[in-house]
Amino acid sequence: MITVKNLHKSFGENQVLCGVNYHINPGEKIVVVGPSGSGKSTFLRCLNLLEYPTEGEIWFDGQLINGDKVNLNEVRRHMGMVFQHFNLFNNLTIMDNIILAPTKLKIMSKEEAKETALTLLKRVGLEQKADAFPGSLSGGQKQRIAIVRSLAMNPKVMLFDEPTSALDPEMVGEVLEVMKELAESGMTMVVVTHEMGFAREVGTKVVFMDGGNIVEENTPAEFFANPQAPRLKEFLSKVL
Amino acid sequence: MCHYPLFDTIKRYMRITNDEKGICGMKWFADVWQKINIAFIEQDRWKLYLKGLGVTLEVAFFAAIIGIIIGTIVAFMKLSTKKNGKPTIFAGIANVYIDIIRGTPSVLQVLIMWFIIFASCKNGILVACISFGVNSGAYVAEIVRAGILAVDKGQTEAGRSLGLSNLQTMRYIVVPQAFKNVLPPLGNEFIVLLKETAIVGYVALDDLTRVANQISSRTYEAFMPLIGAAIIYFVIIKILTILLAKLERRLRKSDNR
Ligand SMILES: Nc1ncnc2c1ncn2[C@@H]1O[C@H](COP(=O)(O)OP(=O)(O)OP(=O)(O)O)[C@@H](O)[C@H]1O
Ligand SMILES: [Mg+2]
Repeated sequence: MITVKNLHKSFGENQVLCGVNYHINPGEKIVVVGPSGSGKSTFLRCLNLLEYPTEGEIWFDGQLINGDKVNLNEVRRHMGMVFQHFNLFNNLTIMDNIILAPTKLKIMSKEEAKETALTLLKRVGLEQKADAFPGSLSGGQKQRIAIVRSLAMNPKVMLFDEPTSALDPEMVGEVLEVMKELAESGMTMVVVTHEMGFAREVGTKVVFMDGGNIVEENTPAEFFANPQAPRLKEFLSKVL
Repeated sequence: MCHYPLFDTIKRYMRITNDEKGICGMKWFADVWQKINIAFIEQDRWKLYLKGLGVTLEVAFFAAIIGIIIGTIVAFMKLSTKKNGKPTIFAGIANVYIDIIRGTPSVLQVLIMWFIIFASCKNGILVACISFGVNSGAYVAEIVRAGILAVDKGQTEAGRSLGLSNLQTMRYIVVPQAFKNVLPPLGNEFIVLLKETAIVGYVALDDLTRVANQISSRTYEAFMPLIGAAIIYFVIIKILTILLAKLERRLRKSDNR
C-alpha cells in the first residue's frame, strides 16, 4: 500500500533521514519505536508529505506521491493523521471539527457528514460532546475526537505520531482502546509510540529507528524476545 | 427663572474695569471665562472645532479601512512561500513596501502624496485618506502577519493532513483564530492613526489640530484652543481605549470555552 524508497530528508545541514526503505501492506499495523531524535516523526510526516522529502520516492496506492503534478490534497484525503497534541480546531465545535473536511471537500452532504460523525462519536462514547468546544475536553477525549475526525474521511491508512505521549497516565488507556478497536476493524496503521505493550499486542510488525534509518524490523514476538542490533538491545533494556 | 450665582458674579465682573477687577478675587475666573469665550463661543467658533473633529475622524476612519485592506493583502504576500519553503517574489515586494513606509516620516509621506503623486488631485481629504491608509497598511500588515503566525502550527498541519487546501485551511481554521489575536493591536493602530492625522494640516486640511492652531493665531490666545483640542483628542481616545479593553476581555473569555 505504501512503499518508501531511499527516503532522505534534511533540514538545512541537519540530515534527519538517510535512505529509508520500507514497504507497508494493506491491513498491517506497523509500530515504529526508537530513541528521541531518531527521525520517527519525520519519517511518518514524510508519508503524507507534511514534510517534503529531499530525496527518494514515496508510493501510495500505486502512485508516486512526491512526483510532479500530484494533487497532494487529493492524496492526503486517504491518509488520516493523529498528532501528539491532538490539534483539534479550537474555533470549531466537536461536530464542526469532524464534518469540516468531508463537507468542504464535497465528499458528503452536511446531513450525511453529521450522521457519520454521530455514528463515530458513539463508537468512542463521546456523542454527548458534539456541541462542545475542544477547550472544554480532557486530553483523552480530545485525542479520541481527533481519531474520529480522521476516520470521518474514511481513510485507507491511519498515521499516529505518539498519540498518547501528551496524555495524563489515566487517559492513555481510553485512547489505546480506541486504537485497538480500529486495528481489529482492519485499518492499515502506522503508529509511532513508546507504548511497548501496544506494540506487542496490536502490531503486526515493529520497526526500530535510530540515527535516521530503520535499524531492525520484526514481528512483535521476535522483536522483543530476540533483538539483534546492539543499539536495539540497549534501547529495549532502557524502555522495558 | 433660576439664578446661578457664580455666573452672575462672573458676568458682573466682566462689565467692570480692569482696575476694579484687580482688587477682587474673582479676577481669575473672569479671565478664564473671557478666554473660553474668545476661544470657543465668540463667532460660533465651537462649530469650527466640530468641523475639524469631523475631518480628523473621517480621515482616520477611511484611512483605517484602506489600511486594513492593504495590510491584510500585504501580510499574506509576506507569508507566501514556494513549495520548497523559500519566500516568493510577492514576499519581497511586501518587504520593500513595509521598509519604505517604516523608514520615512509620515509627514513626508503625506507631502509626497499631495504635491507629487496626486498633485493633480484637489481633494485633500481623499489624498489624506489614501496617504494614511498606505502608511497604516504597513503596520497593519505586521499585525496581521504576527496574528497568523501566533496560531499554532498544528492547526494548519491538521487541516492539511485532512486534505484541505492551503486556502481552505487559512479560511476556515487559521484566519478565524488569528482574528482574535489581531483585533486588540488593530485597535491600538487605529488610535495611533487618529493622532497621526494631526499632520494633515500640511496639505491644507482643516482638521482639529489645524483649526485650533488657526484660532489661536487669529485671537492671539494660544492656551484655550490648543488645550481644548488636546482635551477633545484625549477624551475620544480614552473612550476608544475603554472600548478596546472591554473587547479584549470578552475575547479572552471566549478563549476558555
Ligand atoms: N521542522 C524541523 N526543522 C528543523 N529540524 C527538525 C524539524 N523537525 C525535526 N527536526 C530535527 O530532526 C531530528 C529528528 O526529529 P524527529 O521529530 O523526527 O525525531 P523523533 O524520532 O520523532 O523524536 P521524538 O521521539 O523526540 O519525537 C531532530 O534532530 C530534530 O531536531
Ligand atoms: Mg516525534
